[in-house]
Amino acid sequence: MAQRQRINLKVNGVEYEGEVEPRKLLVDFLREDLELLGTHVGCEHGVCGACTILLNGKAVRSCLMLAVQADGAELTTIEGLAQGAQLHPIQEAFHEHHGLQCGFCTPGMLLTSHEFLQENPSPTREEAKKAISGVLCRCTGYKQVIDSVMAAAETMKNE
Amino acid sequence: MKPAAFDYIAPKTVEEVISLLTTHEDEAKILAGGQSLMPIMNFRLGRPGLLIDINGLDELDYIKQQDDHLLIGGLTRERTVERSPLVRDLCPLLSQAISFVGHTAIRNRGTVGGSLVHADPSGEIPTAFCALDGRVKAVGPDGERWIDPGEFFLTFLTTSLEPTELLVEVKVPVLPQGTGWSFMELSRRVGDFAIIGVATLLFMNGDGTCREARIALGGVAPTPFRAEEAEEVLAGQAIGEELISRAGELAGEAADAEDDYHASAEYRQEMAKIMVSRSLRQALARTGKGN
Repeated sequence: MAQRQRINLKVNGVEYEGEVEPRKLLVDFLREDLELLGTHVGCEHGVCGACTILLNGKAVRSCLMLAVQADGAELTTIEGLAQGAQLHPIQEAFHEHHGLQCGFCTPGMLLTSHEFLQENPSPTREEAKKAISGVLCRCTGYKQVIDSVMAAAETMKNE
Repeated sequence: MKPAAFDYIAPKTVEEVISLLTTHEDEAKILAGGQSLMPIMNFRLGRPGLLIDINGLDELDYIKQQDDHLLIGGLTRERTVERSPLVRDLCPLLSQAISFVGHTAIRNRGTVGGSLVHADPSGEIPTAFCALDGRVKAVGPDGERWIDPGEFFLTFLTTSLEPTELLVEVKVPVLPQGTGWSFMELSRRVGDFAIIGVATLLFMNGDGTCREARIALGGVAPTPFRAEEAEEVLAGQAIGEELISRAGELAGEAADAEDDYHASAEYRQEMAKIMVSRSLRQALARTGKGN
C-alpha cells in the first residue's frame, strides 16, 4: 500500500495522470510532477495560505492534502485563472492596485478572492478583509490587497 | 517538512473502516478533513503507519432534522454546516461557532466530526458541543454507542473513543424559539486558535425568567467544560446585570488555565470572566428579554 499509486485528475481543464507515493503532498505533485510552479509552498502546515488552490471549485490548502486524495478531482491553480493572454478581472485589479510586491502570497490571494467573490459578489470592505485574512502577506500590508479585491468585485459585477 | 512514509487506504464503507481499525489498531490513523492531522504529519509530530482515508464515505456527509434534534454526518464539512439554512435556523450557536474555525479554506475541508475527535481544548466546535450537550455516535466492532461531552473529552487532544471506533454522527438539539445563544472568542488575529472560546445558551420560561443556562468554556482547561456553578446561579432567575457579573466571576474561577506562549493563566482566567459576562449579555439580548 505504501507503493506508488496511480491517479487521474483534471487541472485547469487538462487531464493528467500521475503515479505518486501516498505521502506526496498535493502541492508538491502540482509543482514537481506537473511542473505547475505557480502554486507556492509556504509554511506546509496550513497557516500561510500561499498554496491555496480550488478543489472542485472550493478553496483548499494544497499542503494539507495528499496527491492521492485528488484522484478524480478537478483543480484550478493560478495558471488556470487567465484566459490565454487575457488576465482574469481579479488579476487585473491586483495589477492595477498594486496588490502584490514580491508575489509569493499572490496565487493564494487570487484564488481565495476568486472563491470569495463567487459567494459574495458585493462585499463590504470589512468582509473582504476577513476573507483574505487566511493568506499571509509579508510585504505590502493588506490595504492594496483589499483595494484590489474591492475593485475586482466592481468590475465583475459590471460584466 | 514532509510527512514520513505510510501505507494508505481509502475504504468506501464504515464496515471496511472498522475492520481495518480492528486489524491495525495501534498503527492506524483516520484521515478526515486533515486540517489538524496533516500539519501534525508534516511536522512529523505524528507518524502513523497506516492512514485510513475516509473522504470517500459519502454516507457520512449529511445534515438532517429528526424531531427536536439535528443529525450531522461525521464527515460533513465545517463550511457545509456553517452555511446550512437548517443549522442557522435551528441551532445558530453551532453555525456561529464554526465561523470562528480557521479560515474558509480550512472549513471547506475540515469536518465537524474530525474537530470533535481531535479534541483541541480551544476548539470552537468542541466548546459549542459542550454547551449544546450534544452526543456523538461511535461505531466499533461491537456495535454503536452514544457518548456525551463529559464522557467524550478526557484531556488535551484525547477522547474516550476506542482505537477501533469511528465517530459517524453528531447530534445536537434544535433550540426552541426564544432561546438566547452566543458564541464569542478571544484570539490575536482572525482565524487563530482561541485564547478563550465561550458558548452560552439561555432557555427561557414563558414569564421571561431563565429556565436553564448553559455556559461552556474552551481554551482555559485541558478540555472544554461547562461552568456548572455559574449556570446554577442563573437558573430560575430573571437575569439582570448583577447575576451576569456573578456568573462571569464563577465561570472564570472554574477555569483551570495554564500559561502558554499566547497568554498567561492569570490573563486567561480574568478574560474568561469578562467573556462569559459579555456572552451572557448577547444571549440575553437574543431572547428578546434583555435590553
